[in-house]
Amino acid sequence: MALTDALQIISVSDPGRVRGHNEDCVESRPDIGVVVLADGMGGYNAGEVASGMATSLIATGLAQAWTKATIGKLSREDAAALSQSILQEQVSIANRAIYNTAQKDPQCAGMGTTLVTCIYHDNFLTVGHIGDSRLYRMRDDALEQITRDHSLLQEQIDSGMITKEDARQSHNKNLVTRALGIDPEVEAEIHTYDVVEGDIYLLCSDGLNDMIEDEEIQMTMFALRTNLDLTAQQLVQAANDAGGRDNVSVMLVKVLKSFSVERGFWEKVKSLFA
Amino acid sequence: MAKLILSVDGTVLKEISLAKERTTLGRKPHNDIQVDNLAVSGEHAAIITILNDSFIEDLNSTNGTLVNGKPIKKHFLQNNDVIEIGKHKLKYFNDAPVQNAAADFERTMIIRRPSVAAPMAAPASPPPPSGAVLPDTHTSMRPMAAAAPPPAPAAVVPAAAPSVAAATPAAVAGAVREAAIQVLSGAAAGRTLDLTKNLTTIGKPGVQVAVITRRPNGFFIMHVEGTLFPTVNGATLGGQAQQLNDHDLIEIAGVKMEFFFKP
Repeated sequence: MALTDALQIISVSDPGRVRGHNEDCVESRPDIGVVVLADGMGGYNAGEVASGMATSLIATGLAQAWTKATIGKLSREDAAALSQSILQEQVSIANRAIYNTAQKDPQCAGMGTTLVTCIYHDNFLTVGHIGDSRLYRMRDDALEQITRDHSLLQEQIDSGMITKEDARQSHNKNLVTRALGIDPEVEAEIHTYDVVEGDIYLLCSDGLNDMIEDEEIQMTMFALRTNLDLTAQQLVQAANDAGGRDNVSVMLVKVLKSFSVERGFWEKVKSLFA
Repeated sequence: MAKLILSVDGTVLKEISLAKERTTLGRKPHNDIQVDNLAVSGEHAAIITILNDSFIEDLNSTNGTLVNGKPIKKHFLQNNDVIEIGKHKLKYFNDAPVQNAAADFERTMIIRRPSVAAPMAAPASPPPPSGAVLPDTHTSMRPMAAAAPPPAPAAVVPAAAPSVAAATPAAVAGAVREAAIQVLSGAAAGRTLDLTKNLTTIGKPGVQVAVITRRPNGFFIMHVEGTLFPTVNGATLGGQAQQLNDHDLIEIAGVKMEFFFKP
């Protein structure tokens, strides 16, 4: 099953209605089931340098490291484990490159970026994230936030200082506790999940979920689920209608059919005894 | 910076800037805010300030702490909240722009660990938050935003054109006129459907579906699925959104319906 037949991928990135330029960046490699979204920050226009470096380095790095040659023969469990280690490795490489540029180029001093990226393979997805860019999953009609922000606010919610309802009124929404390119080393939070036919995944920058409620995201994704292009446009438009105070990026990945890896007779026998 | 104005019986006593991470309030002299009144406990309450947010916590005081008339144990302070301790009142002011369009304030910034005061609660625990599963009531929570004026009945505004006025989300609700569609033919003829949500889908799933979106500058119809596109006043809808005007006639999946603004 070719991934391009199994996954429909739509990306939209919009500067919003207040910001002069777009510091978000999105990139996808449909043939290997890779999507990357980054929301840059810091410096004079350096945010887009950081997010641009992150998306292109990680997409390219994954395209080289995550090939048929490396994964074709692996069991599903081994492939999942490999996807996690490769993702962490590529994140480290991108982090180091952004960090070095920020150190060398005064115009880029202090730049950094959030990241959310997924690899789809053999009916699973491995997601890595840093900062407050999110992955949501819509399964049947329920929307679930898969990633948990690395932000001051999320830590306050976790520690019970503030309720989720109060958090919407907080003045501290924009403070992330982890970002790419700020320190010499960074760890992405990485998890693997089973994927089911019909799932729709949403990767987004905080310009979406700060402007509209999860209820509205859910309503939009459910009502327009048969038309993914329109869903993406509508989400961006809703964020802009609500003020569009930040760049807004959305990537939608719809699982059109199962994409399990066909294994030969010998692998099946081996797996019986594994 | 956030501040508190302490008053009693309408007379302002003093103004306190919430500069410290923890500001204590009580009858005893070691408190940051001392209120020398027998109704006030020795250590009555504390205000915890993290960057631009403040919380008040009652320290098991004898007579309790009220915020906006309600007793609280712990409360996330909002601009203009009134804290009552006995006969004393403290009004909380925080005019940092949470809802305005100031260009810079929402820029994402990194905050270095160890973070200010937030105790870490297992930052890497894998399960997604369970509260994220949503009910399937499709009522939109978004306030009807935007200072855009109600659409002039005959003006055709292209969907992509952002309304010129910079949207101030806290602006007057009700900027969008209420509207509905009435079914004119078919089994449901005569039925009226109020367009109270930001998105309303019409048509037959799997055959022909369109969506009517409610936006700050009016109502728009768009094709969602099906090989045939719906018509508005006899003209087939293009790939773009089309603004609906009063008494427009929509035909979808063989059913005629009329869009109208409510009086």
